[in-house]
Amino acid sequence: MPQMPKIATWHLPVPDVESATYWQGAREGKLLIKHCNACERHFFYPRAACPFCWSVDTSWRESSGRGNVYTFTVVHQNDLPPFRDRVPYVIAVIELEEGVRMTANVEGCSPDDVRCGMRVRVAFRDEARSEDDVVSLPVFRPEG
Amino acid sequence: MIAGIAESRFGDVPDATALELHQEAAALAVADAGLAKDDVDGLFSCGADLLHPLLLAEYLGIRPRYVDGTQVGGSAWEFFLHHAVGAIESGLCDVALLNYATTSRSDLKRKVRSANVAIEARGPAQFESAYGHTVIGRHAMAATRHMHEFGTTSAQLAEIAVQMRANASRNPLAMYRDPITVDDVLSSRLISSPLHKLDCCIRSDGGGAVVIVSEERARDLPKKPVWVLGAAEAISHHTMSEWHDFTESPAKYSAERAFAMAGVKPDEIDVLQVYDSFTITVLLTLEAMGFCAKGEGGAFVEGGRLTLDGSLPTNTDGGGLSSNHPGMRGLFLIIEAARQLRGEAEGRQVKDATLAAVNGTGGWFSSTGTLILGAD
Ligand SMILES: [Zn+2]
Repeated sequence: MPQMPKIATWHLPVPDVESATYWQGAREGKLLIKHCNACERHFFYPRAACPFCWSVDTSWRESSGRGNVYTFTVVHQNDLPPFRDRVPYVIAVIELEEGVRMTANVEGCSPDDVRCGMRVRVAFRDEARSEDDVVSLPVFRPEG
Repeated sequence: MIAGIAESRFGDVPDATALELHQEAAALAVADAGLAKDDVDGLFSCGADLLHPLLLAEYLGIRPRYVDGTQVGGSAWEFFLHHAVGAIESGLCDVALLNYATTSRSDLKRKVRSANVAIEARGPAQFESAYGHTVIGRHAMAATRHMHEFGTTSAQLAEIAVQMRANASRNPLAMYRDPITVDDVLSSRLISSPLHKLDCCIRSDGGGAVVIVSEERARDLPKKPVWVLGAAEAISHHTMSEWHDFTESPAKYSAERAFAMAGVKPDEIDVLQVYDSFTITVLLTLEAMGFCAKGEGGAFVEGGRLTLDGSLPTNTDGGGLSSNHPGMRGLFLIIEAARQLRGEAEGRQVKDATLAAVNGTGGWFSSTGTLILGAD
């Protein structure tokens, strides 16, 4: 097991050269997804090359942030910090309007009210490794 | 063909190391095949240790000329058997040893490991880890979607746990043998909706070993041979958002290929051993292998079909839900299938079993290996 500091941060994303733009966008309140200029498809998670056609001619597009819950679970048991203090929480796979899917928490409603097909919209949850190292995590909330 | 099978001590084994249990099972399986340690010239194993196959070969005191450490989760053993058959047919080795063990139950009690796995948020995991995925939760998401699309119920999933327990009650070595009811499952603690505690596999210590040899060696061996009639593998996703259909196990592809290779159809199978990390794993596997149509798994498992007295005896030892589950359980599926085909499953023998199907599932519906096994 990795060493656990007092405030757990092992779960927070470690940006790399393929993902830095994504996380920078999130800090600015934008959900960025990759678009392949060769086959004109969106894909997630971001990669240097398109997984459909292997073209490296790709660009970032801002997602509308709208989508629906494809599937989810309400986690009632997780012994790892920080999650052991967050249960019950909802983790879901969200289908964005652009056709790609991503994993995220659903917040802003009772876990009991989440349903497959529910319309959701992106929001951002800030978590900090330290005072000057804050990450903004895309999460989703019921629309309207 | 499968020549030797064995389990080490399993269940609660606080007084043995994992490597010790590897050796214990290996020695029993090699003896079961009528062979000796030095006959082993192929080693197939994976585990949590760094460079695991090297560590294991060293511990066992063998220097095999063919080594495979494919790590695709709990289905690795079905992949290994597939690979071993190919290696033997190509003359790359003659006696292949598949060998596995952990002390995962005792390790948890000793607090040298946690119940949940912390996957560091690097690479593709950086898009998942911050949201609190658990292994159970990943499977629960499949159950949620199956319920949404097909109206499958928690009570139907519970039926699977109840029937695995009924089978375990006839296996004196199974860890949990007291019968349970659908209500017991539904009233057990919700771990990750819609999966309850009794929808989840147990955690045990234990090990196993399987010895594969060429057809030509069959006549020299002491035990009834078990033939590998079909073997195939398939992979799907690693990251959950990359799974294109949460109601479809990749077993759809591995089973299709394995059945085709064997020239056998699902309705000819006498006994079935499938990965049962969670009740939903069994349900998706039954559908994907073609034992029932997609979406009909819920109705299919009602009425005791999977018990020893049912029309499709499944996980006849009680499976990972009730008998044992040291972590990557696929090897035990092969052992129990072979035992049934040999007619050695005392107290739980399926009468006249000559055709068995095995399906291991790794990760979170990430990989599957399907085997069709037969006896003369
Ligand atoms: Zn492309």
